[in-house]
Amino acid sequence: MAKARVKVPKSVKAGEVFLVKTLISHKMETGQRKDKKTGKKIPRKIINKFSCSYGGKEVFGSDIHPAVAANPYIAFHVKASESGPMSFKWTEDGGKVTEKTVTIKVS
Amino acid sequence: MKKLNLGIIVASALAIGLSAFAGTAMAGKKKGWGKYQVEDRRSGYTYATKETQAIQDNDLGNPALLWLDEGEALWSKKDGKAGKSCASCHGAAADSMKSVGTSWPKYSKKLGKMQSLEQRINQCRTENMKAKPFKKFDSKEMLGTVIYVRNQSAGLPMNVSIDGPVIPFFEKGKKFFYQRRGQLDMSCAHCHEDNAGNKIRANLLSEGQSNGFPTYRLKWQKPGSIHRRFKGCNKQVRAKPFKVGSDEYNNLELFVAWRGRGLPVETPAVRN
Repeated sequence: MAKARVKVPKSVKAGEVFLVKTLISHKMETGQRKDKKTGKKIPRKIINKFSCSYGGKEVFGSDIHPAVAANPYIAFHVKASESGPMSFKWTEDGGKVTEKTVTIKVS
Repeated sequence: MKKLNLGIIVASALAIGLSAFAGTAMAGKKKGWGKYQVEDRRSGYTYATKETQAIQDNDLGNPALLWLDEGEALWSKKDGKAGKSCASCHGAAADSMKSVGTSWPKYSKKLGKMQSLEQRINQCRTENMKAKPFKKFDSKEMLGTVIYVRNQSAGLPMNVSIDGPVIPFFEKGKKFFYQRRGQLDMSCAHCHEDNAGNKIRANLLSEGQSNGFPTYRLKWQKPGSIHRRFKGCNKQVRAKPFKVGSDEYNNLELFVAWRGRGLPVETPAVRN
């Protein structure tokens, strides 16, 4: 399954707004392409949902549609509140989920 | 060639900042390209759009880094009957593979011809690790390993050897580069020397430098070997491409690497 990379600052100050960068390997098959040999449509398989939770609630989420390139890169800002885990969830067509968790240190 | 010669004269006559002027459409910018330029040679980075450059420069957003991770994992993964991994012999890649990425392809005494880095890795796998070779240049494993190995030389200047036994192969590669081919009757030089910086339909032609390979191409949506790129180029002039890993492409890879001598290794670069 897909591999993910996440980058957050090593430590942040309370109340600071910091950048979270995520990258996941995924083909993002649009469902529009045809198999060159058989002529049949290749079924759609994309990541259709992304969500990030921190401090017990979802702080960033997004529905993703076709026409997003392979290996989607999503970056966003989050306001630091407390130390703790930040977890990421990518949901693929068919329901497969890739998860990753990092720890946020608030000083 | 004429234009290139002119370019050299212009470049040497003007300040470095102006040398980008050398007969290119980018001339208007009159911009120094810093480490991405050596004498009159410019990395493909300088021909990429700002947005593409931003992807390459992003410490996380460069999607080829996913393959780099793969290569890093493979480096210490034991495989084959000998029970060895790359790390068993070579230790930490950061030390043993430093500057390796600048010097390939190399002459192989055993084969009596040029050998690409991919082929050397497979030789290591079959002979020393007693493992199965990676099937293709553009398999996930091979791309990962090559990207990981070449990335250890990131920033170091390209420096292939063209002395001694390599000379005839270098000449062959050079001949290939200037040889007209295909229905369009074009050589590599027609685009990448005479018209670097000009547009071919909607695309900006670069100098065809190889310092960023394996490159993540947005068109491919994944990284690819330089041989894959050669194939694409050959097809575009409607010539029958050679096989990935063929002697012709190894020789060409050598010549192209020499053309870009001094340019920093950018693996994994991002291009359109």
